[in-house]
Amino acid sequence: MNDIRIDHKFIIEMIEPNSHVLDLGCGDGTLLDLLMKRKNCHATGIEIDEKEIYKCVERGVTVSHGDVDTGLADYSDKRFDYVILNESLQEILNPEKVISEALRVGKRVIVGIPNFCNIASRLQIFFLGQVPVTKGLPYKWYNTPNLRFLSIKDFRHFCAERSITVERERAIGLRKEVFFKRNLFAYIAIFLIRK
Amino acid sequence: MSENFVEPQFFTFAQPPNELVLKSGVKLGPVTLAYETYGKLNADRSNAILIFHALTGDAHAAGWQKGDKSPGWWDAMIGPGKAFDTDKYFVICSNVIGGCKGSTGPASINPATGKPYGLSFPVITIEDMIVAQKHLIDYLGIKQLLSASGGSMGGLMALKWAVMYPGTLRSSILIATNYRHTAQQIALHEVARQAIMSDPDWQNGDYYGKSVPARGLAVSRMIGHITYMSERSMEEKFGRKLQNKEKLGYDFSHDFEVEGYLKYRSDNFVQRFDANSYLYLSKALDYFDLAEDTDLQKAFKGVKSKFLIVTFTSDWLYPSYQSKEMVKAMKANNLDVSYIEIATDYGHDSFLVEIEGQSKLVTHFLNNVK
Repeated sequence: MNDIRIDHKFIIEMIEPNSHVLDLGCGDGTLLDLLMKRKNCHATGIEIDEKEIYKCVERGVTVSHGDVDTGLADYSDKRFDYVILNESLQEILNPEKVISEALRVGKRVIVGIPNFCNIASRLQIFFLGQVPVTKGLPYKWYNTPNLRFLSIKDFRHFCAERSITVERERAIGLRKEVFFKRNLFAYIAIFLIRK
Repeated sequence: MSENFVEPQFFTFAQPPNELVLKSGVKLGPVTLAYETYGKLNADRSNAILIFHALTGDAHAAGWQKGDKSPGWWDAMIGPGKAFDTDKYFVICSNVIGGCKGSTGPASINPATGKPYGLSFPVITIEDMIVAQKHLIDYLGIKQLLSASGGSMGGLMALKWAVMYPGTLRSSILIATNYRHTAQQIALHEVARQAIMSDPDWQNGDYYGKSVPARGLAVSRMIGHITYMSERSMEEKFGRKLQNKEKLGYDFSHDFEVEGYLKYRSDNFVQRFDANSYLYLSKALDYFDLAEDTDLQKAFKGVKSKFLIVTFTSDWLYPSYQSKEMVKAMKANNLDVSYIEIATDYGHDSFLVEIEGQSKLVTHFLNNVK
């Protein structure tokens, strides 16, 4: 259990056993594999990178080669118990549409975001006058895959404005969970939302 | 070369008066299927995999027959330790009806007349080919297949099997295929058919024992070959290289390597394939439409198999978007479907030559079939 990424650990804890789960941007299928083994879930993924598809198939994950922006349209309403958008939201062209589609095909949606307004970023902007490069944001402006920059607070506002219920929110700092002043100290946040 | 040669086998059924009733309503019988098997059927008969060949393929999918210069057409994928691992699975491949490689087709002798059928052979469909192979599977005592798979026409047959006999199939692997023939695919076939039928030697299909419509069949094969490659793979393989020449000949003999290649491949083809079979099988493909009586989404109702669907980026004959439409319809039916588009320059032929990626996928997909 120790070698499991902390964000994966939190996501696994949010998911009921025997659920149907769709992971958008599932990578090599690590998280879905864990969900199959530990929670007896029925796992499906969408992934854009061909190399990762082979690894997913090896793990026995049902996977579709395609992009997250359009891949959700194929599924019927409430087809999944959970739709996971972990570490992919910031790379999506149209996150608003993808979240609304995820809420359509999933009874619940789990969103994992990097917190761009972490204290390290704030200090770099303030003292260095440069776009921050931190643990959660390891890229330079010219090579970042990130299209969207948001904070924990931004995501809470996003949900509130659309009457999306946040059932759970967990935040992760450098090494462990953050309970206090999350928007300042957390690098990553995981939301469990529903409509 | 292997000391264990593969032996072709034959199964004959549908003896009159119990002929096979074809989709057209016409009766055909007796029907013979040529088939080969590789590996051993296990005690509970649960490890059988049915492989379907493409338009001009045959039952000889793997291994060596006596006198072979090359092994079966999918030998890279089928064998001990390979993707369709014959140490684990019992693999069956049979020649389709309408073909010319041992199964009943237009070149077969019609027992009623003692002469080759020629054009009196009934028009057959993909469904008819499947019904015939279902007889073979029943004869072999197999109630449920672990998988059915194939590329191109073979993929479309695996797809249709999953729809026609949902209880008999645990998984399907569909490669470089489509759920119906589109206008472009039909048009390309029609050019090939016209090439055959406009050869004076074709004689309305009654050329057996005489001179065969070799030129027409060769032209149709040339068209086929072009559609199986990609612009890029042809450019890389041939470019503008000249054949046995230092400079252009300024005549209509072959100047370019690509011309020589098409001639070489089509001449070979004429030696091994019957022109009438090409007409019948291409027609069967053109008639195929999984959604013919309904919409595609409804066509998948009741299907139980899980699916692996593979396409290739440079395949312009069966482009990826067509498989994606199929994936969408399967997902709408909550089917378990995995889809991958492999990046390769080999065009439609990729299913025969892009072995590394396909092997990984097939091996692991089959490992996870419950």
